[in-house]
Amino acid sequence: MLLRATLLSFCLSSPLWATPALADFEQTLSDHILPGYAAFAATTQALSDDAAKDCKADSLKPAFNTAYDAWVAVQHLRFGPAETDGLSVAIAFWPDPKGSGAKSQRALLLGDPGQLTPEHFPDQSVAARGLTGLERLLYPAEPLPADPCALIQATTLDLARMAKIINDNWIKTYSKTVLTAGDLGNTTFQTRPEVRQTLFTQVVSALEYDKDQRLGRPLGTFDKPRQERAEAVASARSLRNVLISLQSLRAMVVTMTPDAPLTLAGFDRAIKVAETLDDPTFAGVATPQGHLKVEILQQAISALTDTVVAELGPELDVGVGFNAADGD
Amino acid sequence: MATRRAFLAGLAAASLPRVSWAEVGSPACLAAGKLGDEFVLHGLSAAGESLFEIGLPARGHAAAAHPSQALAVAFARRPGTFALVLDCLTGAVRHRLTPPEGRQFNGHGAFSADGALLMTSEVVAEGSAGRIGLWETAGFTRIGEWDSGGIGPHDVRRLADGRIVVANGGIETDPGDRTKLNIETMRPNLTLLSADGAVLDQVALADELHQNSIRHLALHGDGVAFAMQWEGDKSETVAQLGLWVPGSAPRLCPPPDDQAFAMKGYAGSIAVARAGDLIALTSAPAGVVMLFDGAGQWLATDQRADVSGAAAVGASLRLTDGQGGVWSYGSDGLASLSRNATAWDNHLIALS
Repeated sequence: MLLRATLLSFCLSSPLWATPALADFEQTLSDHILPGYAAFAATTQALSDDAAKDCKADSLKPAFNTAYDAWVAVQHLRFGPAETDGLSVAIAFWPDPKGSGAKSQRALLLGDPGQLTPEHFPDQSVAARGLTGLERLLYPAEPLPADPCALIQATTLDLARMAKIINDNWIKTYSKTVLTAGDLGNTTFQTRPEVRQTLFTQVVSALEYDKDQRLGRPLGTFDKPRQERAEAVASARSLRNVLISLQSLRAMVVTMTPDAPLTLAGFDRAIKVAETLDDPTFAGVATPQGHLKVEILQQAISALTDTVVAELGPELDVGVGFNAADGD
Repeated sequence: MATRRAFLAGLAAASLPRVSWAEVGSPACLAAGKLGDEFVLHGLSAAGESLFEIGLPARGHAAAAHPSQALAVAFARRPGTFALVLDCLTGAVRHRLTPPEGRQFNGHGAFSADGALLMTSEVVAEGSAGRIGLWETAGFTRIGEWDSGGIGPHDVRRLADGRIVVANGGIETDPGDRTKLNIETMRPNLTLLSADGAVLDQVALADELHQNSIRHLALHGDGVAFAMQWEGDKSETVAQLGLWVPGSAPRLCPPPDDQAFAMKGYAGSIAVARAGDLIALTSAPAGVVMLFDGAGQWLATDQRADVSGAAAVGASLRLTDGQGGVWSYGSDGLASLSRNATAWDNHLIALS
């Protein structure tokens, strides 16, 4: 914090130093959050447009994967418009250990087509909708009980609708909420440090999600690996989602501060481990060597999380919340 | 075992001046917190202003307020080796309570309606068997203990009729460092004790919810609303709120599917508005507070970073957060009341 203030005053008093590269949350907003949601809105709209013309699974897979990439790149932003009305949960409902999404989709495939209209589909179970729902229709594990075309179209339309809501809300209202942090009347962010704290918390929580859920679930234990629990196995995106998450989080950190070298090095190391891991669905966890390789990635993310807490937090002058860190 | 006669005898011996809550500004609630590197206890008005501030020697968890005298008992965090009886007028430590050999305080406590008895949630250090420690309040000496009816009791509340409800969280912890030792086999329960410690009723959750630790309580109608923390697979969606009227089965109140992960399986504090029509549950790890109606029907989820303390004040609710914010909360969402330099800790305790 002190460093930030010093740099700022130096900047203002020194016309020779023209670089305005003082990363802070304004830059996170303009360079990371807004472009991220704009891409998610554009790619889901493209997916929905494609599906309206041709709902064959193979034709839609490229647009599906592009939209899924765009979602994973913003999925760590668990505050603001994406968390309103449970939208983020409806966009990607995972994990789903009881298989409730598949059950609900079966009922939709065999039931009243009226449930699939734009008016009624948003009211269907969150487990049946979103990217995870669409994945089961495009990459079915076993033959579907009915022609999925109408459900595919309804799901893509609903995805585009939700992405547009989030993107519009960020542009029209929530950007202002962030940018006016500390102003009288802003009850969401009462101070500027609260925005930094929120962003910092997103990074830590997202790394924990990658470590504990995306990797931890398939890893299970050494004696009982659980490959079937990996995320997005059908579309072979399990590792890809971890990699995109790490890349996007790294890009976000760069916008938050110019001075977190250990954190960026930790990201680079974890990203490299992910890039060289030749196991797209973590099927390798079934063998001792394969299990170890996924564990090495998990350990790299774990070490990175420690670095983020130790370096990025103090650099931003924030920490994991007083209560969040240690409840009872 | 203690008798009522013994308390009264102790009371007669008391010679210190009695200060009423009115004399310290009639606080609506008590909140522990951290200011810089110091730990403090504040009395807060209904409008969220700090009325007094008392230093604590270490991080506090929760407090118990004497029903009439301006005395607060601040409990240390688990494993609790002390509790302090604080004079809220002078800030003096009137008494330092130390649990008997082999016992540890476990975070919460409650006074009897007349203030003559303090009941503290405790564990036998080895094995975490639950006890309710009993202290007379004239000199705050230990006069006995009851079995809490389970492992790892946390919150304890007195019903209007004098009976006691204990949230036995079910978790056995390492006596030295809070490490959880029995997550695979834990089995929390709610236990109703008579005013003299006899077990009157006890309920547990369904088998598949045995890892849902029942930790915090708020009075609700003829029973309690209870808040749970899920120790099981994070991908499972379980309720964080339940309602229990002794004599019947507990009723769980899950939110709609799209809100099922919003709390991250964790409820830190619970409060029920005095009219019984609103229930708030906070989750600091998720940075959200959930609002339910009096029947346990979900109404709203609101975002607030590090929100944790919750208490009923007047017709509405108050929340505190780790940034120092005090909030009014209800169907209209959060409204800022004040912002203090103190980072508010886990709980906000309403004065009855």
